[in-house]
Amino acid sequence: MTANILTVDDSASIRLTTRVALTNAGYQVTEAVDGVDGLAKLNTGQFDLVITDLNMPNMDGLTMIRELRKLPAHMGVPVIFLTTESDGEIKQQAKAAGATGWLTKPFDPESLVKIAKKVLGK
Amino acid sequence: MSFPDPIAVFRTEAAELLEQIEAGLLDLNVNLGDKDQVDAVFRGLHTLKGSGAMFGFEALAAFTHHCETAFDRVRKGEVPATHALVTAVLEAKDHMRALVETPAGDHEAMSEALLANLRRAVDGSGDPAAAPAFAGPSQTLFKLRFSLPQNAMANGTNPLPLLDELRDLGTCRIVADRSSIPALDELVPTDLHIAWDVELLTSEPRSAIDDVFIFVMDDMELSVEEIAVAAQAPVVAAPARPATPAVAVETIASAPVTAAAAPASGDGKSAKANENVRVPAERLDELMDRVGELVIAQSRLSQLAGGSGDLTLRAVSEDVERLSGELRDTMMVLRMVPVTHLFSRFRRLVHDLANETGKRIELVTEGETTEVDKSVIERLADPLVHLVRNSCDHGLETADERLASGKTEAGHIHLSARQQAGEVIITIKDDGRGINKDRVRAKAEASGLIAANASLTDQELYQLIFQPGFSTASEVTNLSGRGVGMDVVKRTIDALRGTINVVSRPGEGSEISLAIPLTLAIIDGLLVRVGNGRYVIPLSAVEECLELSVEEDMRSRGRSFISLRDSLVPFLRLRDLFRTGTKPDQFQKVVVISTGSERVGLVVDQIIGDHQTVIKGMSKLHHDVATFSGATILGDGDVALILDVGHLVAEGQQQEAHLRAAG
Repeated sequence: MTANILTVDDSASIRLTTRVALTNAGYQVTEAVDGVDGLAKLNTGQFDLVITDLNMPNMDGLTMIRELRKLPAHMGVPVIFLTTESDGEIKQQAKAAGATGWLTKPFDPESLVKIAKKVLGK
Repeated sequence: MSFPDPIAVFRTEAAELLEQIEAGLLDLNVNLGDKDQVDAVFRGLHTLKGSGAMFGFEALAAFTHHCETAFDRVRKGEVPATHALVTAVLEAKDHMRALVETPAGDHEAMSEALLANLRRAVDGSGDPAAAPAFAGPSQTLFKLRFSLPQNAMANGTNPLPLLDELRDLGTCRIVADRSSIPALDELVPTDLHIAWDVELLTSEPRSAIDDVFIFVMDDMELSVEEIAVAAQAPVVAAPARPATPAVAVETIASAPVTAAAAPASGDGKSAKANENVRVPAERLDELMDRVGELVIAQSRLSQLAGGSGDLTLRAVSEDVERLSGELRDTMMVLRMVPVTHLFSRFRRLVHDLANETGKRIELVTEGETTEVDKSVIERLADPLVHLVRNSCDHGLETADERLASGKTEAGHIHLSARQQAGEVIITIKDDGRGINKDRVRAKAEASGLIAANASLTDQELYQLIFQPGFSTASEVTNLSGRGVGMDVVKRTIDALRGTINVVSRPGEGSEISLAIPLTLAIIDGLLVRVGNGRYVIPLSAVEECLELSVEEDMRSRGRSFISLRDSLVPFLRLRDLFRTGTKPDQFQKVVVISTGSERVGLVVDQIIGDHQTVIKGMSKLHHDVATFSGATILGDGDVALILDVGHLVAEGQQQEAHLRAAG
């Protein structure tokens, strides 16, 4: 069965890039434009992986994961951060909130696919 | 599935972001305390930077980064939002639009000006991009070593951003340990074999290092050692970000190459040192001798193979011929050295000569990179010194004389070297008074070198100056004119199988050209037969070969001229010269040889073909036999004599002069 991936980013061009890479790798991709939209999309189905930006309007990525972990249906979904940030403190917060991976922008779409594969175990 | 062009999507997105940023800034200008607008502007700048970097808009990303940092500081309450800041960022925003629309344009100056503006707006003169100043924190030196699992890259882990993050923590020295990179043929390019040793001087706590690796920690090996605490160390700003990734990439990119070289040479350094090897000259000479013997053996093999019907033998023989030819060429190149060193000594010589003679002399050298056989160079030194001295002393006039005849005050000596076919041509040219033909003639007549009123060409006249005991200088100076020298020059050049050509124009100067074969040991020759003997003519001197028709032969009896395309060329019948007793072949051949502008035909019985020849010197007993310059051993073991082209041409010309004089 094809894995479902939710990507959350306020940048349309980044969303497009992740979508192209993941779709070509055979994944099903759903997009959200910020944390609020992300939580809403989560509730429309079952996702195997969430890839999210950190800095976004309305709700940032960190807040989104914390909210997500409260939802019984999505408690265990792996989350990868895709962000320009590399600040240690934020990384620690993200790890504490349950992030599984960290990819710094600008990123190589191929690396993103490899990380996704590793996290998804296929 | 088709997707839109991401760059186009980015441009649209950037336009929207810039509008948002502008709206936020304008709102902020009305209410400087509006935190939401500060956040909005920050986020807009942040996204623009991140996406810009993603799609190759590096200038935009770098520029926007500064504005973002400034707003980050406002957001964190480190600096207040001011009208000046808003104005500065508004101007910067317009510039960002330009950076989006024409990323390849020349925006650097503008970027600089706007950033300076921004800096002033933020805190007078501080750099908005700089991290908040440390309050003189103590710094710690960490030594860390880390390696990632071999399949790390396959799992999407890229070590380069990790290195960048370490650099952001402080002053970093990163060394890649490439020792476990396998040999090239065993290297899987997607595997990671590099470990890194890092020395990091930072004011950050140890946990900051762990944070860098927080998401890759599970699989990797990391050891961190706290070395020393340097109290009150000067605050070292993190090195500029844009410069560092390139270095990291270079380090890694070069790793496989070095690794490939490593098994052979131990390490990269010694490989470099081995680029030049110093070898005693006599070893090269020995090798040259061996190559010479090989060439002889090879020509014997060729002859044997050529005469047999064994195709396999012939194939092997051809291979050996090709290989020994290549070996010979390589060998010759090994012995070649540039004339630079030879020429450089003339700078000093001319300087000293100018002082001694009180003349002003400028030396111009050209073609220093021309390469000549090492032993040729050594033997050329003395003749050249003599020729240059001669030019300075006799050729060039004093400053007063020069000015009086409308020349520049300083005389010029032009020393040049160039390669031409198998020869190197060295020319010594001056713009002095030229050779005084009348004086040369008078002197030659006086010393009995020529008969009074003998008819001589200019070239013949000039060649007289190379006769022993000839000097035209009325008074002997310290430099030259002692009557020894020019004849020594001639002898040396002859010994090198070279020729001397003199051109002189009264009042304009003289030019003496030495044409020397590039190498002494082996030449390409034309093997000919005269009577029962075989002879070698250096191929570089051969102009053409033609048949001496019976009519031409009859007509030229007693005249010794053939007409060659409307010009008369004197020829020598080698049969007569060598007093061959045998009956001449029916169709004799003429080999036209030349030195410089002089030509002479040699009548032979048969032209056998090309022959690579190792020159063996003549024995002492035959040292004064002028017609031959050496001997060689043929493939069948016979000896063939090598004709001295210079001498034969001179003889032919003399014969011509003789016949002319006789009418």
